[in-house]
Amino acid sequence: MSQLICHNLSVGYEGKKIISDLSFHVDAGDYLCIVGKNGSGKTTLMKTLLGLHKPMKGEVRAGEGLTLNTIGYLPQQTLVQRDFPASVREIVLSGFQGRCGLRPFYTKEEKKTAAQNLQRMGIRHLEKRCYRELSGGQQQRVLLARALCATQRMLLLDEPVSGLDPKVTADMYELIERLNREDGITVIMISHDIEAALKYATHILHIGDTLFFGTRRQFLDSKSGRLLVGGKGAAV
Amino acid sequence: MEEMMTKLFSYLQLPFVRYAVIVGVLIALCASLLGVNLVLKRFSFIGDGLSHVAFGAVAVAGVTGLTNNMLVVLPITVLSAILLLCTGSNAKIKGDAAVGMISVSALAVGYILMNQNKSLTNVSGDVCTTLFGSTSILTLTPTDVWMCAVLSLVVVACYVLFYHKIFAVTFDENFARATGTKVSVYTLVIAVIIAVIIVVAMNLVGSLLISALVIFPALSAMRVFKSFRSVTVCAAVVSVVCALFGIIFSILVNTPVGATIVVVDMIAFAVFYVIGLMKGGAK
Repeated sequence: MSQLICHNLSVGYEGKKIISDLSFHVDAGDYLCIVGKNGSGKTTLMKTLLGLHKPMKGEVRAGEGLTLNTIGYLPQQTLVQRDFPASVREIVLSGFQGRCGLRPFYTKEEKKTAAQNLQRMGIRHLEKRCYRELSGGQQQRVLLARALCATQRMLLLDEPVSGLDPKVTADMYELIERLNREDGITVIMISHDIEAALKYATHILHIGDTLFFGTRRQFLDSKSGRLLVGGKGAAV
Repeated sequence: MEEMMTKLFSYLQLPFVRYAVIVGVLIALCASLLGVNLVLKRFSFIGDGLSHVAFGAVAVAGVTGLTNNMLVVLPITVLSAILLLCTGSNAKIKGDAAVGMISVSALAVGYILMNQNKSLTNVSGDVCTTLFGSTSILTLTPTDVWMCAVLSLVVVACYVLFYHKIFAVTFDENFARATGTKVSVYTLVIAVIIAVIIVVAMNLVGSLLISALVIFPALSAMRVFKSFRSVTVCAAVVSVVCALFGIIFSILVNTPVGATIVVVDMIAFAVFYVIGLMKGGAK
């Protein structure tokens, strides 16, 4: 059984349909890249997967002990966060909020896990620093550590490398790959970067005029895949 | 100096002065706690907006001849706060524009109603009192003080219990919702608390002061401190100290209470701004 199944899903907002009749599934340990042009509905799809938007038709189902609430989410940065006074530790701990329910404070266990996640992201030394003073790459690591606090199994990443320089981008991709390979965390990533998608992903979901879902190999052989890769001249 | 102290102590013997000090400090504390969130959420002027709504509601209550204003004022203000805050980031009209719209509308309707109401003789005086609180902080009754004390206790307790949730919801609403936090419930709680504080505070200190109490301590604290907890604690301390100084100063040199507290808050902000520059870190 798959961790996440979308069946005949149509998504959109304010009554406008953006993607219709999309079906795909994600198994444990997969690395799925969602690619497509700006405005093709990638972020809307992700918000639907997370339950922030209601699907217009069809359904999103979670399986294998995963519930939709235990998906870790790395959103794009918002304006509010840019001048928010918060320490790295406070932000990472807030990843546990979903499982707190009415409990007002964090447990020792949660604090320990948060510290471990900071370690995993290589930013333990930044624990007491102010979020807004960190570099773009460091901020993304903080948000990734927070997402890890919310999940053990699946991460949804919305353009995790946008605005980062090439070196930091490469580090970020490596970090995500390690989480996928070594810790067995399922990754669903929205990306503009088709080259990186083809380098790391096991599965590709292409959204646009033509919908495509399949493994990386199948994508390369498909029409939309050939078009995209051929256009960029990327060697794979 | 000694003369000043004697004067101060003789004033503090008077019950109404003591009441003013207690109530001023408590309201300053409550307003500053939520101020951090409101400023960060770009809702700095919600205090002002809601107090204008409350003003409109007072006018409605006056026209309909209700003896107890609170029955009209509190529900209307709470409703407005919910409307403003709970529509959140998905609303078509949001933030400053929404606050502005509700605020002027309520002000206009309220003023027309007051103006047309023949039973009121001193319209401009009433308007002025509602907006600036004038001297009402010095005419508090023990009941007012008790009500305010209980309410402040409830607000502070709620804030402490919901502290981590308020942080999560303010910092990243979408993440909180996606990971299963009941965002709308907590936003509702915040909105109701804010509305209650504003209604109570408006009766006591006037609507001008509310905005200052909401905005200044949070901004001052953000100049210097960098974690959410330290900013919140600092804002509360700054607010209480400024309110205390403001009230005492206004008693000693006989200036309007509300305005004096605002000026003290301004000075505190300037001091924190300079400290922030010297520390070099804060933006």
